[in-house]
Amino acid sequence: MMLPNKKGYFGEFGGKFAPETLMSALEELEKAYFYFKKNQDFQRELNYYLKEYAGRPTPLYFAKKLSKHFKKGKIYLKREDLLHTGAHKINNTIGQALLALKMGKKRVIAETGAGQHGVAVATACAIFGLKCQIYMGEEDMERQSLNVFKMQLLGADVIPVSSGSKTLKDAINEAMRDWVTNVKTTFYLLGSVVGPHPYPLIVRDFQRIIGLETKRQILKKEKKLPDYILACVGGGSNSIGIFHPFIGTSTKLIGVEAAGLGLNTNLHSASLLKGKKGVLHGALSYILQDKFGQIKTTYSISAGLDYPGVGPEHAYLMEKKLATYVAVTDKEALEAFHLLSQTEGILPALECAHALAYLKHLSPYLKKDQIVVVNLSGRGDKDIQIIQKETEKKVEPN
Amino acid sequence: MIKTFKLFKRKLKRKLSRIREKFRQLKRANRAAFIPFLTAGYPNLQSFLDLIRVLASNGADIIEIGLPFSDPLADGPTIQRSSQIALAQGVNLPLVFEMVKQLREEIDLPFVLMSYYNPLYKMGITKFFSEASKAGFDGVIVPDLPIEEANSWVKKAANKIDPIFLVAPTSTLLRIKKITSFSKGFVYCVSLTGITGEREKLPLGLRKFILQVKSVTEKPVAVGFGISNPFQVREVAQIADGVIIGSAIINLIDSEKSRKEQIKILTLWIKEITSSLVRE
Repeated sequence: MMLPNKKGYFGEFGGKFAPETLMSALEELEKAYFYFKKNQDFQRELNYYLKEYAGRPTPLYFAKKLSKHFKKGKIYLKREDLLHTGAHKINNTIGQALLALKMGKKRVIAETGAGQHGVAVATACAIFGLKCQIYMGEEDMERQSLNVFKMQLLGADVIPVSSGSKTLKDAINEAMRDWVTNVKTTFYLLGSVVGPHPYPLIVRDFQRIIGLETKRQILKKEKKLPDYILACVGGGSNSIGIFHPFIGTSTKLIGVEAAGLGLNTNLHSASLLKGKKGVLHGALSYILQDKFGQIKTTYSISAGLDYPGVGPEHAYLMEKKLATYVAVTDKEALEAFHLLSQTEGILPALECAHALAYLKHLSPYLKKDQIVVVNLSGRGDKDIQIIQKETEKKVEPN
Repeated sequence: MIKTFKLFKRKLKRKLSRIREKFRQLKRANRAAFIPFLTAGYPNLQSFLDLIRVLASNGADIIEIGLPFSDPLADGPTIQRSSQIALAQGVNLPLVFEMVKQLREEIDLPFVLMSYYNPLYKMGITKFFSEASKAGFDGVIVPDLPIEEANSWVKKAANKIDPIFLVAPTSTLLRIKKITSFSKGFVYCVSLTGITGEREKLPLGLRKFILQVKSVTEKPVAVGFGISNPFQVREVAQIADGVIIGSAIINLIDSEKSRKEQIKILTLWIKEITSSLVRE
């Protein structure tokens, strides 16, 4: 069966829990999306930009030295970090910005956590000539100041969000408030597979190309499907993108959440492992909340994973045991960052360093020739300052 | 014969909810309902109870109480801030039920709960309706629960609580028809395309919008979002059945420091508002 269903549900998850003011706009978006999904000109234009501008297809790189380090298994990296703007986010923003253009919307708003989505939105808006305003939590602006400046250079307005925890969830709240106010003229370009229907569907479809390419590339190189795919999960767009074409195949799909300072502390962002069913930002999924249904403040060293909810399709995949979800700590992610830098000469973003960090837990169970694909969803340049601070902490004697 | 008639009348009366009964009385008096909103536990637990008493004894017709939520995405800065302060005082759904139980002993007006969906979902919908009804709530408004998601919600509300739904200026006529048929007690007409908060002027086209909603339903239509002063109230009261005011009350309370002064200024303000509710 094709999921989501007409009402936007993946099993019991998803839906459209949005204020009435937005309901007509969501219907309009859904109609437009289904129209352009089948429209060949639109698809041709999208593919043109993905190929000529964003740099698709990205390589599926055999990480020989990293594989050697773990002694077992063949590790491949899906190099989304090599895309223009440095992360998988551009796949979705080109798609949605093109959709906005075709729908006649002149103004685009978006939220951003790590700033990767924001930069990708600002970029797409620059090339399609759309006015662009991006909401970003004040705390995130501080830890990702380089991306703030990049967005500004690309012509976007970055609007600081000082409400709540001053991170991604509050940026989404503020973007939704803007959308509620300017819904007639504005396109809300959501960055992950969260939010009310049809967003989880649209974002997944635009990110699915990661998995489609991976499938084609691995079949060519190895003549078989991978045994495992690892991807990090915050909202869950890069993971659903690489997972989706493999759902129901022999490939084991493993999503890695951010355990922050540990799953037994309150300082993590593991919505699937530690959350309960609930409604946040328009969809029913797993969310981190207290016993009265108030949303909890989350934590992760990686701003892109620091979110109390997760895409409804992931909740469904977990419930149906079609994918497995695990978590690694800040410390493990940092170790993986250094490991990849030193073995392969690639600085990964802290988000996907979480996926890499799970390799050490997986490798004892690997057979010699088993194939593991890790989705390297973004590059680590944006995180250099954080890494520098963390490294200095270690060096300094107390 | 007289006996059966009396019985029938009593039955009819029991069937009409406290909210509908209120609107019937107001219709006879040719007056629109004044529906003040206050965030539960704001500015603190004791002042909240006192301020509700002040509202009730000075001319409020229906009292709307907001359950504070960590992520109120349909609300402007005023209600966001009041929610944060209330949450910091430890306000939660069971506590709001306790407070309303206490108020119910003294106040016979309809109480309406405004809450985002998650805290209610977390409690469990069946349990929520039964507890809310026991506490003395008559209606509930959920700004992020559109009719598409509300089938089982409406069923579970049964005759315990009136589920109140919102129509917005962006709702199509077809949606307005569906929403008004789902809504019980009254229909909440969102005056503007936007979030809650005071505005200097009423939105253009509001009159036309209210009349459009009223043309498809017999149910009372109350208007909220952006309404703050007696002039705006007077204008809306001419055509709508009720006027909902939230942020302006919170800002008014914030303009004074002591509870005594807050009560004084609120009392004066309500007098102005209620005198603007009579239709010309």
